[in-house]
Amino acid sequence: MNFEAVKSIYFFEMARTRRTLLQSVVSPVISTSLYFIVFGAAIGGRIQQIDGVSYGAFITPGLMMLTLLTQCIGNGSFGIYFPKFTGTIYEVLSSPISMIEIVLGYVGAAATKGLMIGTIILATASLFVDLSIAHPFVMLFFFVLTAITFSLFGFIIGIWAKDFEQLNLIPMLVVPPLVFLGGSFYSINMLPPFWQAVSHFNPVLYLISGFRWSFFEVSDVNPLASAAIILGFLALCLSVLTWIFRTGYRLRS
Amino acid sequence: MAPIVSVSNLSKTYASGFQALKGVSLDIEEGEILALLGPNGAGKTTLISIVCGVVNPSGGRVAVNGFDVVRDFRQTRSMIGLVPQELTTDAFETVWNTVSFSRGLHGKKPDPAHIEKVLKDLSLWDKKDNMLRELSGGMKRRVLIAKALSHEPRVLFLDEPTAGVDVNLRKSMWEVVERLRASGVTIILTTHYIEEAEEIADRIAVINGGEILLVEDKAALMTKLGRKQLRVDLVQPIDEVPEALSSYSLSLEEGGQCLIYDYDTSAERTGITALLAALSEAGIRLRDISTRQSSLEDIFVEIVEAGQ
Repeated sequence: MNFEAVKSIYFFEMARTRRTLLQSVVSPVISTSLYFIVFGAAIGGRIQQIDGVSYGAFITPGLMMLTLLTQCIGNGSFGIYFPKFTGTIYEVLSSPISMIEIVLGYVGAAATKGLMIGTIILATASLFVDLSIAHPFVMLFFFVLTAITFSLFGFIIGIWAKDFEQLNLIPMLVVPPLVFLGGSFYSINMLPPFWQAVSHFNPVLYLISGFRWSFFEVSDVNPLASAAIILGFLALCLSVLTWIFRTGYRLRS
Repeated sequence: MAPIVSVSNLSKTYASGFQALKGVSLDIEEGEILALLGPNGAGKTTLISIVCGVVNPSGGRVAVNGFDVVRDFRQTRSMIGLVPQELTTDAFETVWNTVSFSRGLHGKKPDPAHIEKVLKDLSLWDKKDNMLRELSGGMKRRVLIAKALSHEPRVLFLDEPTAGVDVNLRKSMWEVVERLRASGVTIILTTHYIEEAEEIADRIAVINGGEILLVEDKAALMTKLGRKQLRVDLVQPIDEVPEALSSYSLSLEEGGQCLIYDYDTSAERTGITALLAALSEAGIRLRDISTRQSSLEDIFVEIVEAGQ
């Protein structure tokens, strides 16, 4: 195992986060505050409670997931796409490192950044609402596993993408509807039966619901199903990556 | 002695169907400078990329110091440094960070003293805290060399190192290469500047259309294929080569103003003395005499044309 290389890639990527501290850290704090003002204060004033949880607290896990998914996919894909785009990828490919080590470096950094921002949002949210976490370990399980899985997913997108259009296609066009319709800001019980049924095909619903259960013990779906979904998606990403490594798809072809 | 790099029957067909390499075999000896010459699209970069691990081969085998580049990639890649053709750099990194990053990628513990030495050798020391985007093209090229040397490689691949580089920098690049060779590093250089190969290489390989056309010691190649020409400018133009000189392979050029004599430098007798005597006997008066040796460029053009 070439730990020096993993460390190098990891810290190289984290250095980018340091250089862009303002947009990396300050912007999620601002957008979270805006969500709390719009949804929490303005709309929440009318909704008040969902399943016995105050509306402001209810949307917190959803907000964290929304940011975690977009950040992890964004960072995971950009981290590997950018060297491909500039051509500096030659150096990684000609180094004595296995693909697993490349993934550990890039995905590790993307997941770390996602977790950092998720934590910042949690801290910001706690300024606006009273929060308690009923099952901290379950919360960490969903939090960390989602960060890793979606950073891996981003990494795959970064390898697949041939241009910036493709790079942004999934994070900009696919993820937001899934997250918004996945019950970030409402319980799907509030939807008509048809849309409730449709929502069950949205994998993000399971993530948000499981995550929310770890906070408040309320959920739209069984938390075990949520765990199964995230583990299943992780397994899927890992198998796609294994195939990519074996064939050298779009890297060494 | 076993070659440090051994390429056998290597082929590469890209997904587009383009066959970049067609069964290339080539041995590179430790400590030598090999120049890989070829026109654009000949397969030079593909060959280098496969040895360095950037591209997967379609067939054949490459061994570096006895290790297979695919199976034993950790061993082979830690011995190799690669300077790519394109000036690809992380615009927002500093010189120091990007060179240190390269060392880390190759699994070596940080060694600021070595990085300092590499940067000083390449006259980059005073730029170490500059961002790469602030550097000129020539400086960036040197940063790429510094990156490739950061992990103390035994084999260095330079893909078109002096493309688009001014004359002074080119000379200083050649000095760097010479110093590296003196320290025992094997250097493989691709170029389409023939003078570059002529200046610094020990051996020349010519590649075209994905095939190696020739691998030869530079000096031997120059003697073998290098012909010399004697040019005799005449005071009075003549209409034809006089009968008395018909035994020499002479050609009359520039409206009878000059005679060209091709001869072989390696032959025991070049025939120059006799020719000059015969000219004088024939009453032909000379204005000037000059000789010209065919350059590697002429040889290269001949080989590539013969291969087509």
